[in-house]
Amino acid sequence: MTVPWRLRLNPILCTGHALCAELLPEVIVLDEWGYPILSPVPDELLSLARRAVADCPTLALAIEPAP
Amino acid sequence: MNGLLWYSTRATGEVALLFLTGVVVLGVLSAVRFGGRRVPRFVIAGMHRNLTLAGLGFLAVHAGTAILDSYAPIDLADAVVPFASAYRPIWLGLGTVAFDTLLILTVTSLLRTRIGVRRWRVLHWSAYACWVTAFVHALGTGSDVRVPVFLLLAGVCGAVVLAVVAWRIAAPGPRRRGLRAGAALTALIVLVFVIGWSADGPLRPGWAKRAGTPARTPDSAGR
Ligand code: SF4
Repeated sequence: MTVPWRLRLNPILCTGHALCAELLPEVIVLDEWGYPILSPVPDELLSLARRAVADCPTLALAIEPAP
Repeated sequence: MNGLLWYSTRATGEVALLFLTGVVVLGVLSAVRFGGRRVPRFVIAGMHRNLTLAGLGFLAVHAGTAILDSYAPIDLADAVVPFASAYRPIWLGLGTVAFDTLLILTVTSLLRTRIGVRRWRVLHWSAYACWVTAFVHALGTGSDVRVPVFLLLAGVCGAVVLAVVAWRIAAPGPRRRGLRAGAALTALIVLVFVIGWSADGPLRPGWAKRAGTPARTPDSAGR
């Protein structure tokens, strides 16, 4: 399975709302302070990942093609 | 047919007030970071958005039926250009202002990733003003204001919004004393003003005439 997308976090903007991790637990887990740790986004989760990007309260997430 | 349109206008307006109240509640819940395992935050965010869109749908019917029916002289321009109508110009105009504001808030929220969080947030503060404007419009234009069911609806909506605004002001987070005090003061002034105005205006007999209802609408007699 190819993994063509990845999420990027702007740690300065992120306020640890954890909304993204609720939406996308397969890709985003929270560290002990409630800040997200990201893994690559498989194709089938792309639309959910886009929604996490759009719904993050501080717009701290971005999605981009994996290099 | 005309009767149907006239009733639809009033009913959809009341439903829209209910929806907008729900939208404010959900928005405040997002802002105070309410949520967790039982009520996920993305569900609150999604409901906030969807309820807004549904409310806009009701408002479209609300404005559309008001224009189509021939009791009240309201035309298409009155739906977007405030304060120009022949029918209760000020109070109808407030509804138009609220509608325009809601449209702007919706579009900027849907395009939030392009606009940027800071600009979006500044704009989104006007959501509270939008709700108050819509509320005053409902009381000032509504022809059912002194009907108990409407009073109940308005009272509940008002109390709920007041409660969540208080919650928002008191919520934990950055302290910003000045901002919180300013918000509380503004809320208080608006509250006193709205209560005073309704007691002296729409809640007293004869409001329809004083509000600028042309003589030929059916509800202008006897109210
Ligand atoms: S939703 Fe946004 S602010 Fe919240 S944890 Fe995720 S990236 Fe951070």
